[in-house]
Amino acid sequence: MYRTLSCLKTFLRLENKHILKRTMIKFTFRSVSGDEGVSVGSAVREQHGRDESVHICRPPDVVVFPRSVEEVSALAKICHHHQLPMIPFGTGTGLEGGVGALKGGVCFSLRKMEQVLDLHQEDFDVTVEPGVTRKGLNSYLRDTGLWFPVDPGADASLCGMAATSASGTNAVRYGTMRENVLNLEVVLADGTVLHTAGKGRRPRKTSAGYNLTNLFVGSEGTLGIITKATLRLYGIPESMVSAVCSFPSVQSAVDSTVQILQAGVSIARIEFLDDVMINACNRFNNLSYAVTPTLFLEFHGSSKSMQEQVSITEEITRDNGGSDFAWAEDEETRGRLWKARHDAWYAALALRPGCKAYSTDVCVPISRLPQIIVETKEDLIRNNITGPIAGHVGDGNFHCLIVLDPNDPDEVQRVHSFTERLARRALAMDGTCTGEHGIGLGKRALLREEVGPSAIEVMLGLKASLDPKNLMNPGKVL
Amino acid sequence: MSARVLVGVKRVIDYAVKIRVKPDRTGVVTDGVKHSMNPFCEIAVEEAVKLKEKKLVKEVVAVSCGPQQVQETIRTALAMGADRGIHVEVSGKDYETLGPLQVSKIFAALAKKEQADLIILGKQAIDDDCNQTGQMTAALLDWPQGTFASEVTLEADKLKVVREIDGGLETIKINLPAVVTADLRLNTPRYATLPNIMKAKKKKITNVKPADLGVDVSSRLEVLKVEKLKEAGRI
Repeated sequence: MYRTLSCLKTFLRLENKHILKRTMIKFTFRSVSGDEGVSVGSAVREQHGRDESVHICRPPDVVVFPRSVEEVSALAKICHHHQLPMIPFGTGTGLEGGVGALKGGVCFSLRKMEQVLDLHQEDFDVTVEPGVTRKGLNSYLRDTGLWFPVDPGADASLCGMAATSASGTNAVRYGTMRENVLNLEVVLADGTVLHTAGKGRRPRKTSAGYNLTNLFVGSEGTLGIITKATLRLYGIPESMVSAVCSFPSVQSAVDSTVQILQAGVSIARIEFLDDVMINACNRFNNLSYAVTPTLFLEFHGSSKSMQEQVSITEEITRDNGGSDFAWAEDEETRGRLWKARHDAWYAALALRPGCKAYSTDVCVPISRLPQIIVETKEDLIRNNITGPIAGHVGDGNFHCLIVLDPNDPDEVQRVHSFTERLARRALAMDGTCTGEHGIGLGKRALLREEVGPSAIEVMLGLKASLDPKNLMNPGKVL
Repeated sequence: MSARVLVGVKRVIDYAVKIRVKPDRTGVVTDGVKHSMNPFCEIAVEEAVKLKEKKLVKEVVAVSCGPQQVQETIRTALAMGADRGIHVEVSGKDYETLGPLQVSKIFAALAKKEQADLIILGKQAIDDDCNQTGQMTAALLDWPQGTFASEVTLEADKLKVVREIDGGLETIKINLPAVVTADLRLNTPRYATLPNIMKAKKKKITNVKPADLGVDVSSRLEVLKVEKLKEAGRI
């Protein structure tokens, strides 16, 4: 009884110290970001502990809303001193559970930093803060005739897109984030503010020193918090033309893709939908496409050249057994032609109402695409998994939009095994386990298999050098 | 078809900007703030350009009233496909008090001078939300009006306009010449492409003063104060 009492007293004393410490830390945060800049409300924390993946919500202990890089740096110094994990948060539209606070800690929600700074029209560059989304930037730029074409689908934060090295349907022509970030301002774990290419610098190319900019692109918040990104802009093309074509087999669709790329046609998007996906789209939108592998294409260029580009492409598809080639230039008809591709996610979900969807993301050299898609489809059928396929075939990247019942443990297990087999199949074909979504929480083991032990050692060394206390988004990527 | 269309384009604070009231409460902060074409004016320009692409009208003229900066707004309209622009120079105090009554007088005078057959305006501006210019212009010209248009069809020398009203959609047929004001669902405006912006630099913008049109732009309204709305209850 006496021992219990004394244990209780010790426990309460420690608890009080713990509570006192937490209160002090919250007070310090508030002195930096103001009362409205710190939240411990459970709804706010839950909102910041999940993204659009199937990973469960892992809320942080507190969410801070800094308004400037100075505040981010000050808050990071506090977290560094108290050994608190830090997790940057943009729009929460990630697909790999990257924002889950596995060890609790502080979520840095950057949405209050939402300025578009320093637009240089003649130099085709602009600098943005993390709260600026890609649709927000393109709306801001609409009077200038410029746009930022990397389009991952979601209206994501541009700095978040830099952090995950995002890509999208336009990558075949305009590249991914890796090719389009000129400079980053990053706050490191100890509060140091770093300009990866030098403060304010924005030459279109450079060979000065180590490429720190691309070290942070794709680092998924594990090396620092991105507070500014300088991006490469492009002119909005004079004319956009869309086309659709059906094929008798995956092979013929991919062969056409390769030949279209080789012909130097000004292609901007080549999207592939398999027969299961087309069927889902037909049912969802009341369309009547032939239920067979289909390519959706988009051309960007001058109005005068469009006609020629389209005829070259039509000829290529015909030589490969393609049929029902349809194309349009005006926005309304283009929208209708591409509706199937735009609604693919929802069409897939509609196949099994009440279920959740998970997207795989492997990427292989284009020549291996027919083989991997055929083998993957056989795997899906063998294991009774609903997985319509949509892909950025011009990059060799495809997604199985797996629709599953999260409450059926057997199905969850089958899907999990399937995704591992798929990733290893891609690795065996000189590919990658993730073309655009990132490693996040679920693919760390696959990363090791993909890059090999030496590369992992170097990555671990870099991480240890920049974040020795492992406070930056712990448990992700490595 | 030899019709000429006048389209009004207003330069306003961009819709995405967070508006701040000036400390002296005489108005909102405009210095250094991003401005762009009023979204309903973009829809009006798009409709006019579509009519031209269908070869139903011959010429689209973009008009804006204000100081030197409104030329940027006219250039955007030219990049979207308008043929030429008219800049009605109004600046200083006159610009601060410029409102629907003065603008509609200007448009009425221009319509006669340019022998316009159709005037398309946005239904309202997002800064003052007046929703008056189109209606006043039609009244001054004694022309029929098709306001809140969500669909416009040219049928010979008549205009079929589907209007968005509280009860649903109302379809009317009006004679030309007429005034139409564009509502949100009339169309989706195109982005000005970079090549078209470059080409638009060669298109002509003529300058004209309200006095040349016989219009007095003085206002009988005086702004007493501008205040921020009280914030709603916070949890």
